[in-house]
Amino acid sequence: MRPFLLILFTCLFAMMSAAENAGAPDEAEVKARTVAISKSLRCVVCQSESIHDSNAPLAADMRALVERRVRAGDSDAQVRDYFQVRYGDYVLMRPPLKASTILLWLGPLALVVLGAGWFFIRMRTKPTAGSPGLERMSDADTARVQAALSGTNGDEDQL
Amino acid sequence: MKIWTRILPILLFLGLMAFLAFGLKRDPRVLPSELIDRQMPEFALSELHFPEATVSDLDFRGHVSLVNVFGSWCAACVVEHPKLVQLSQREDFQLIGINWRDDRTTAVAWLERFGDPYDQIAFDPDSELAIDLGVTGAPETFIVDADGRVRYKYVGIITDEAMRDKIDPILRIIAEEAG
Repeated sequence: MRPFLLILFTCLFAMMSAAENAGAPDEAEVKARTVAISKSLRCVVCQSESIHDSNAPLAADMRALVERRVRAGDSDAQVRDYFQVRYGDYVLMRPPLKASTILLWLGPLALVVLGAGWFFIRMRTKPTAGSPGLERMSDADTARVQAALSGTNGDEDQL
Repeated sequence: MKIWTRILPILLFLGLMAFLAFGLKRDPRVLPSELIDRQMPEFALSELHFPEATVSDLDFRGHVSLVNVFGSWCAACVVEHPKLVQLSQREDFQLIGINWRDDRTTAVAWLERFGDPYDQIAFDPDSELAIDLGVTGAPETFIVDADGRVRYKYVGIITDEAMRDKIDPILRIIAEEAG
């Protein structure tokens, strides 16, 4: 228990001192946040890459701008807003949930639910709909099965 | 009942296909300009020909402006350029260039070769103004009214048809508003 508390308090103190030092951003933290934010912004000239992954010159300039804004003290959300105001929802790798994007977010789920529903309905209705089952076996077949199960073989000529 | 369970999946599939086919026809490169009807962003950049001079958002006040994003690296800009040289004869707007992600000497040489139609050119090597305007490529042309509001964004090469169908109608609306 003791070591756990020790670690907990160390973490808490580290977080508090990090908050106090917000005025002078820590270099590693700036870099880490720049990378994280860059990964959440879409490169507007290369369709499906984030600006972090893209080699496009515009993406490089956008990364530099992200870093400048992080350094200037913007929160992650403020940086993303900055780009969203200029480039629209498109620039966000995760589009926001709103009326015009509801299909995008819930469409796949709706398809799964529809598919599963259809599957279960078929599962329930199929056996009663006259598919091949035990009750449709001919008397001769039934006799053969029973003969086979009881160990005597009444059908030697066919083996 | 039975026929429906057969037909419904096919209908759903066809519906999905139609939806996706429609999506394929749309050009994903055409992004809406978020700036439409907003104020031109504040900026101050060095003039391409006169590095000591500044071009800023204040230069847009009192004139209707066509703001053209170009670069000497941009192949489509060479195609568009004669049209801009021709448009520079018109009196109803000023033509402002944004020289985007370029090298100063290369850009000046490019303009010497193809002609310089611009009244002023903002030199933007680090995409400062370009990102602020939501630019995604060159050429791109913005119409800014005399109050400094962005009224329209045209993506691509300005052709005669683009002038007639897209740009001139907006210029006429702006002129009518001004009386």
